[in-house]
Amino acid sequence: MQLTHSKKTLRTMLMTAAVSAVAISSVSAETLRWARAGDSLTLDPHAQNEGPTHTLAHQIYEPLIIRDMSGQFQAALATDWAPSPDDPNVWVFNLREGVTYHDGAAFTAEDVVFSIGRAQSENSNMKELLNSIVEVRAVDDLTVEMVTDGPNPILPSNLTNLFMMDSGWAEANGVVEVQDVEGGETTFAATNANGTGAYKLVSREPDVRTVLTQNENYWGIGQFPLAITEIIYTPIQNAATRVAALLSGEVDFIQDVPVQDLDRVANTDGLVVKTAPQNRVIFFGMNMGAADIANDNVDGANPLADVRVRRAMNMAINREAIQQVVMRGQSQPAGMIAPPFVNGWTAEMDGSVSTDVEAARVLMAEAGYSDGFSIQLDCPNDRYINDEAICQAAVGMMAQIGITVNLDAKPKAQHFPLITNGETDFYMLGWGVPTYDSEYIFNFLTHTRGDDRGSWNGTGYSNPEMDTMIQSLASETDLNARNATIQAIWDDVQEQQLYLPIHHQVLNWGMSDAVGIDVSPEDDPKFKFFTMN
Amino acid sequence: MLAYVLRRIFQSLIVLLAVGFVAFAMFSFVGDPVDNMLGQERTQADIDRLREQLGLDQPFIVQYWRFLEQAAQGNFGLSYRQGRPVSEIIAERLPATIELAFVSGFLAFVGGVGLGVFTAIRRHGVLPSFIMTASLIGVSLPTFLIGILLIYIFSVEFGWLPSFGRGEVVDLGGWTTGFLTASGLKALILPAITLGLYQMTLIMRLVRTEMLEVLRMDYIRFARARGLTEKTINFRHALKNTLVPVITITGLQLGSIIAFAIITETVFQWPGVGLLFINAVQFVDIPVMAAYLMMISVMFVGINLIVDILYFAIDPRLRIERSVGGH
Repeated sequence: MQLTHSKKTLRTMLMTAAVSAVAISSVSAETLRWARAGDSLTLDPHAQNEGPTHTLAHQIYEPLIIRDMSGQFQAALATDWAPSPDDPNVWVFNLREGVTYHDGAAFTAEDVVFSIGRAQSENSNMKELLNSIVEVRAVDDLTVEMVTDGPNPILPSNLTNLFMMDSGWAEANGVVEVQDVEGGETTFAATNANGTGAYKLVSREPDVRTVLTQNENYWGIGQFPLAITEIIYTPIQNAATRVAALLSGEVDFIQDVPVQDLDRVANTDGLVVKTAPQNRVIFFGMNMGAADIANDNVDGANPLADVRVRRAMNMAINREAIQQVVMRGQSQPAGMIAPPFVNGWTAEMDGSVSTDVEAARVLMAEAGYSDGFSIQLDCPNDRYINDEAICQAAVGMMAQIGITVNLDAKPKAQHFPLITNGETDFYMLGWGVPTYDSEYIFNFLTHTRGDDRGSWNGTGYSNPEMDTMIQSLASETDLNARNATIQAIWDDVQEQQLYLPIHHQVLNWGMSDAVGIDVSPEDDPKFKFFTMN
Repeated sequence: MLAYVLRRIFQSLIVLLAVGFVAFAMFSFVGDPVDNMLGQERTQADIDRLREQLGLDQPFIVQYWRFLEQAAQGNFGLSYRQGRPVSEIIAERLPATIELAFVSGFLAFVGGVGLGVFTAIRRHGVLPSFIMTASLIGVSLPTFLIGILLIYIFSVEFGWLPSFGRGEVVDLGGWTTGFLTASGLKALILPAITLGLYQMTLIMRLVRTEMLEVLRMDYIRFARARGLTEKTINFRHALKNTLVPVITITGLQLGSIIAFAIITETVFQWPGVGLLFINAVQFVDIPVMAAYLMMISVMFVGINLIVDILYFAIDPRLRIERSVGGH
């Protein structure tokens, strides 16, 4: 991995690691002022399935299982979980004893049943992750069984952002139902919160300021550093202002440091930048399914339908140049569309690409496009790091093999509907994998587009054999057999060059050097893990 | 008089309806809110359900009609982004924008008139030339650049003033004010300068030109001949006659300060309606965009209506014209 760490950053990280053991015992009041580009959309934990919303919710509410700052499973409200020995369709969760909500109510199995049911309801945005759950039953106060429609080996991965709400509190405040946007009324749960998490909500003005204070009855006291006693969260949308606020010491911790300001922050006394690969891969998709495509100059044929053209395009992309010039070193060139932590990723596939313009020209000629063709590339300009600049670089690279690319960059709100409605022939997309398993990628990106799966597959690719393999992943309990199927699907994806991978995005967090934490691949700081010195 | 006012009000309503019509016709080009509202795991069925629920599957004319129906009853709907009533959100954000607009309008007026008079009286010299040159910067530099520059100098380098936000605010029964705390006042300085600089240079150049014009008038010469002091001539006679057009312009500019605070609010993360509008555009939050645009157009139409009525009251020629127009 070629990431540019400044020596100072590395030194501070080592120091922080050494100090963190000590910091656990310190109980002084520490306030962390935290800024990132966007605010949480709602405090209702099941209403939105969106990064900043989950990040804030993670401080207040807890799921049964969380991912720690390095992305590994960690017990939260469940202490352990396993498939039932009697029935492969059942997962058994043992719950943590003695956990209370911020209002003092006890956390019990009943709340799990209620919360999963709430998250599965019509207006919930979390329901797709719970498709396979047929029934949730409370065996006793501290044991829950989840029945799935077939064996589901990766069910725990779908529960890491599934927060537990108190059924009594929900009933008392009329928020048993997830808010219905068109219902005409705002709900109590959108602006109030009662979780079991390490921090309690003190005040919240949406888009302005949210204040959290440490929960003195938290079950994890003594197990986590919990060095921060108060969190003041301010969204700062403008990147330059956000960096200025960090430089001037008005905030202690910012996410989303723009790549051009990394050196500025790292070279300032008292500040450090920490960097890690993000759970997000950036790539181009091509409409290969249509007989003829609209946005090119070839009549009666679709050049993208020819795998040789797709391979030539893949070879024409100089990923190192994009990394060095466009991303200032802040990316990891990719050869497959899965981030490195995901089950199914291999170093071999990810490192399989190399730029070879000559060979690409030969392939183009073999495919009958020695004179090239022209096509439109649709690109977002406010979604990924330097997204439009990457597309501009690709325009030049495609020109080398005779493909004239007309770039059309738009805000994300206009870009993504093009993909989901199948109105683009050549597009940029980024994909994160919350379940850390390849099945998630296949379900959305390579399965034939249909009602349940393939909703983000803008390539028009449809292969019934692959679809059968993808569907079999959901219920295959033999992990070796499942992994073999995953590999077989990936072989096909790579062979067919379904997508043109560009790079894995890299995350940068800027912070005061008093703050001790490593960057999490999900870009979701969980403050109970933070140390302060 | 009454007929004139009624006709004006009727015309204003037509303008408002037209603004709403154009706005709703444009919303479909801003993007698809459904994509932002549902996570990446949503299925086609979810999209169709939500689109139907929100009425987005209807032609824009129908959406506009529904909006008018609801708005007539004082209901501007729920924000797609925050899930709260739009009227509540706007009421929460409006004080921030109005306070900022008021302070920058005040700065622009006082600074503009002061500097304008100064450069008109002292037309030569290093300082006046410097001010005139510097005023060109105020007119030509884009607002966001001025804001970033000020943040860089006063927040990052000197650390005197905050780079973002409103500081501590005091809630006076639904109206939050930053005037009552030290941090609130400090937070106002940079955004107010950024927002007011353009207006200030505009007023300054206007005052200077008007003043130079007035100073050439005969009655000023007679005043000089009478042996009045320079101070009396400049401020009692010349400035007074300069101010009539300046006040008109300033009044009209106050509207545009509120309407165009968008950029300043974004740079300084100022929690006003401008920032709200930018967020709404990015998220395609149609109810918020619609309410904001209607609010701004009501404001402009309202100001113009008042000006028209004042002209009618002040200017007798308008009344005469009416009776002539009867032929």
